[in-house]
Amino acid sequence: MNHNHPVFTDNDPQSELVTLNLGPTHPATHGVFQNVLQLDGERIVSGVSTIGYIHRAFEKIAEHRPFYQITPLTDRLNYCSSPINNMGWHMTVEKLLNIQMPKRVDYLRVIIMELSRIADHIICNTIIGQDTGATTTFLYLFQFREHIYEIFEEVCGARLTTNIGRIGGFERDFNEIAFTKINKFLKEFPIALKEFENLLTRNRIFIDRTAGVAEVTKETALEYSWTGPLLRATGVDYDVRVSDPYSSYQDFDFEIPVGTSGDIYDRYLVRNEEMWQSLRIIEQAIVKLKTEPKGIFHADVPEFYLPPKQEVYNNMEALIYHFKIVMGEIDAPKAEVYHAVEGGNGELGFYLINDGGRTPYRLHFRRPSFINYQMFAPMSEGMLLSDAIINMSSMNIIAGELDA
Amino acid sequence: MEETTLNNTIHIKLTEKFGEKVTAISEPYGLLTFVAYKDVIVNVLSHLKEELKFNFLTDITAVHYPGKDHGIAVVYHLHNMVEKVRVRIKVFISEQNPTIPTATTVWKGANWMERETYDLFGVKFEGHPDLRRILNMDDLGVHPMLKQYPLEDPNRVDKKDEFFGR
Repeated sequence: MNHNHPVFTDNDPQSELVTLNLGPTHPATHGVFQNVLQLDGERIVSGVSTIGYIHRAFEKIAEHRPFYQITPLTDRLNYCSSPINNMGWHMTVEKLLNIQMPKRVDYLRVIIMELSRIADHIICNTIIGQDTGATTTFLYLFQFREHIYEIFEEVCGARLTTNIGRIGGFERDFNEIAFTKINKFLKEFPIALKEFENLLTRNRIFIDRTAGVAEVTKETALEYSWTGPLLRATGVDYDVRVSDPYSSYQDFDFEIPVGTSGDIYDRYLVRNEEMWQSLRIIEQAIVKLKTEPKGIFHADVPEFYLPPKQEVYNNMEALIYHFKIVMGEIDAPKAEVYHAVEGGNGELGFYLINDGGRTPYRLHFRRPSFINYQMFAPMSEGMLLSDAIINMSSMNIIAGELDA
Repeated sequence: MEETTLNNTIHIKLTEKFGEKVTAISEPYGLLTFVAYKDVIVNVLSHLKEELKFNFLTDITAVHYPGKDHGIAVVYHLHNMVEKVRVRIKVFISEQNPTIPTATTVWKGANWMERETYDLFGVKFEGHPDLRRILNMDDLGVHPMLKQYPLEDPNRVDKKDEFFGR
């Protein structure tokens, strides 16, 4: 009955295989992942992944919540880049409601989304360094993740689970301090990233540990529905920002880095280059913002955008809309919509079916970590245990997104 | 505009091949959606993959419509990365006997998506190599995303829907 603790059929007493429970709380896996591995010496013979340790039934909860209360659920999917999830959800609802967003809001969103992509990639790449023994790089670049969180804090008040923005835009405009911090980040981060690359990219030990390890062909990657940096490292130039632009990404000039062999080294290089491209996008967005009318931070959709509190108390229309939004008396079209954004780990999709009620009839998250991770056990076969560890780090599996 | 022509071509090619077995074609928000019969679904998927270049399986999930004849819809999202077009296929199956052929023969990546759908909705994918629960514990006994299972303890008095306009 208990499939979670698989009994291997090979009970030959002469067999030298060792069963190793890697996880669920192994410090090297950076999250709650269990893999029951059969080892022949240091080589993995077979593995079984068990997931679901932090399954919180978000899809079920979402069926009982109005749209604006679902944003905090999306925070807790990929909590390393929660603003992307938040805005992906907002854009799904906006697509459902056919809301036209002002350009300024799109650009502000792009800034935040690219910052969180950088934060996500910082975590992944520094941890590859950490797991191959280069603690310096980890400590060195990680402080910039802190600077990104300070920017988020300035914009929305929160750091990790941001709940940033609202359906229809942002809850408030970016203040001057936020822009100062963004500009400071744009100035300081390239220096640190360059230094990070100097430490790792041509490092003999690092290359020996990562190059040629866990190679994946593009056919296999597509067969297993991989997306994001993992797919791009195999040489497929699929990026939702380009193939299906959202939030005015078509206005920006940036490149999609691709690898060739899909090994860990390529994944590292792709993520690094994506950070440079994200910086480029943010710089362009800052310039574009200057030509947009100041002070616009949400679309003009009073039926769906919660009015500021002082207006609720002083203005009849605002009071009415506030009441209707909170009590769920606003009709949304009966329709189904699929919207995808490029999350830190790949295509993050929201499949929303609305039956006209207060809550979604069905909401499904296409979670890249979940879909990418299913290849981990099959691809570990024949690999050294220590290589499997860095393979897992380089896949950047986030437990919250894996288990939803 | 371009997308609509593409969708039309796909529509024509599908009806040529499968005739009555592929119906109810619509385009909500530009995404071509159609309903296929259970007995042809694997053929439809592999035809889309091999002939119409929908090389990428984005997602498999299900939706529960209680009280209907065929109360569970299994939903496939496919993606043609070259022509940048997506398509959605729905298969309605009966709630009492929710079986459907597996798509793992077409895409290996369907494995976990189908396990998740089985776990949450109880859809049995026939021919699946390893169909067991994935997110929930093995002895849960129910498939929790079905609409008959309430989210919270129904005996609570402070969370009645009527207080919230639901």
